[in-house]
Amino acid sequence: MDSVFIISYVVIPLLKIAVIVLILSGAIAYLTLLERKVIAHIQVRLGPMRVGWHGLLQPIADGLKFILKEDIVPSRADALVFTLAPIISLVPAFVVFSVIPFGPPGMLEGVLRWALSPFFSPETVQSIVESGSVSGGFVTDINIAVLFVLSVSSVGILGIILAGWASNSKYPLLGALRSSAQMVSYEVALGFSIIGVLLIARSLSLVEIVQKQQQDQLWYIFVQPVAFVLFFICGMAETNRLPFDLPEAETELVGGFHTEYSGFRFALFFMAEYASMITASAMATTLFLGGWLPPFPSVPAFSFLHLVPPVIWFLLKVFLLLYIFIWVRGTLPRFRFDQLMKYGWKVFFPVALGNVLVSAGVLLRFI
Amino acid sequence: MMEGVLFYILATVLVFFSILTVVARNPVRSALYLISALLSVAGLFFLQEAEFVGAVQVLVYVGGIMVLFLFVIMLVSVREVVFQRKAGRQWKAGVVLALVMAAELVYFLINGVGIFQSTPPETGIIVAPETQNTETLGRVLYGTYLLPFEIASILLLVAIIGAVVLSKKEI
Repeated sequence: MDSVFIISYVVIPLLKIAVIVLILSGAIAYLTLLERKVIAHIQVRLGPMRVGWHGLLQPIADGLKFILKEDIVPSRADALVFTLAPIISLVPAFVVFSVIPFGPPGMLEGVLRWALSPFFSPETVQSIVESGSVSGGFVTDINIAVLFVLSVSSVGILGIILAGWASNSKYPLLGALRSSAQMVSYEVALGFSIIGVLLIARSLSLVEIVQKQQQDQLWYIFVQPVAFVLFFICGMAETNRLPFDLPEAETELVGGFHTEYSGFRFALFFMAEYASMITASAMATTLFLGGWLPPFPSVPAFSFLHLVPPVIWFLLKVFLLLYIFIWVRGTLPRFRFDQLMKYGWKVFFPVALGNVLVSAGVLLRFI
Repeated sequence: MMEGVLFYILATVLVFFSILTVVARNPVRSALYLISALLSVAGLFFLQEAEFVGAVQVLVYVGGIMVLFLFVIMLVSVREVVFQRKAGRQWKAGVVLALVMAAELVYFLINGVGIFQSTPPETGIIVAPETQNTETLGRVLYGTYLLPFEIASILLLVAIIGAVVLSKKEI
């Protein structure tokens, strides 16, 4: 193994992973502040104001509090599963980001050349920059990325179920049962809502899907509006957000699956929920809103929009969707469980299936 | 080199968790070990460059079937099950099956790869793997084997309707 291989397949990917994990943790922390602030203003309150300017340091204070709190494991709980559950729930939520493209391929080329040129000969630098997805704005680009995201995030559900069971207590168990029923029902509609996009893009790679949107000069939300709405609603259900937060409904189940959790373990569940919110938004952005592309990517009159770096466009769209997540939480009441199942199977699933049929028919007949 | 090392790591993990799945007394623990075993099978698929099958393995088995398994296990009172004897009256049948399986494995180990090449591969059915894995699979399933595929899906549909009819008292 020569130095080129080690640098382009070990060192640089590890650096990228470190950067993404750090940024993601920061984003999760400040997403909680954003949520508290937005909800507070929706309810005509001020929200956190004490720690820092308008509560800007609140997430740090909260993090410290979580770490310093007593860590309780109930005496009748299954200690191993109880410990593993939050980890099982958090890790997949982070792993998914290895295939989500934050920027176009070749985005980091300039930076890499600048950083590597003092240490290596021009030929070595050239071969490093050109190997694999080293210079792209993503950790890796695999040809089954969409499936990868779906399958890895489905592993996260197990964390919630196991947490509910391992606590050995009634409310968490009820929360876990609700959660497994909910996830299984909404995953189907979620999968079907993506198929429309896949049919048009003819690829399962997230990078290629964005590039196809650039070629077609069109964000796919304009050709697949129904699928976008479905994807977003089912994403909300998959992340256990209001109005679908039945697994943790405070008013009926105390705290649902995390009733018995405290301190840092509870924080891990919290982080997992917010991370999967970011995942859902990032996936919706990539599939339907053109990923890193600015609006009207190929119209010359709007070429000044390219002055803004692609990563910024991506983050803007993601945070817009995150804001809608919070907005919905501040506005809508929670579903009843039978309503939740009815909507999942009798409304969203048929609509998603119909959307696939119509899209496939139109593509076959006209294109 | 790298692939060989990865294969042996995954295979060891797989065997380890498979044994734990059978030995564990607590059904939820057992399910947890089964999940780990299934994940290492997915890893083996990825190693063979069958990405689609690997991803679907995780999606269907870990994300779907195991969730339903756990759903059922959680409804059973675990405390009673834990203290039951694991091997019931079926242990003799189990031993016979294990011996047959062991004999098969030894037979294949002695004879090597040669046995699998007794019939020459038919041409025309296996699509050349130039295109992507997923695309190849799609073409084979919806092209060459369309009829068996559809028959299988109708069978599954019948099974679903049958389950609903059997479990619901009034429809």
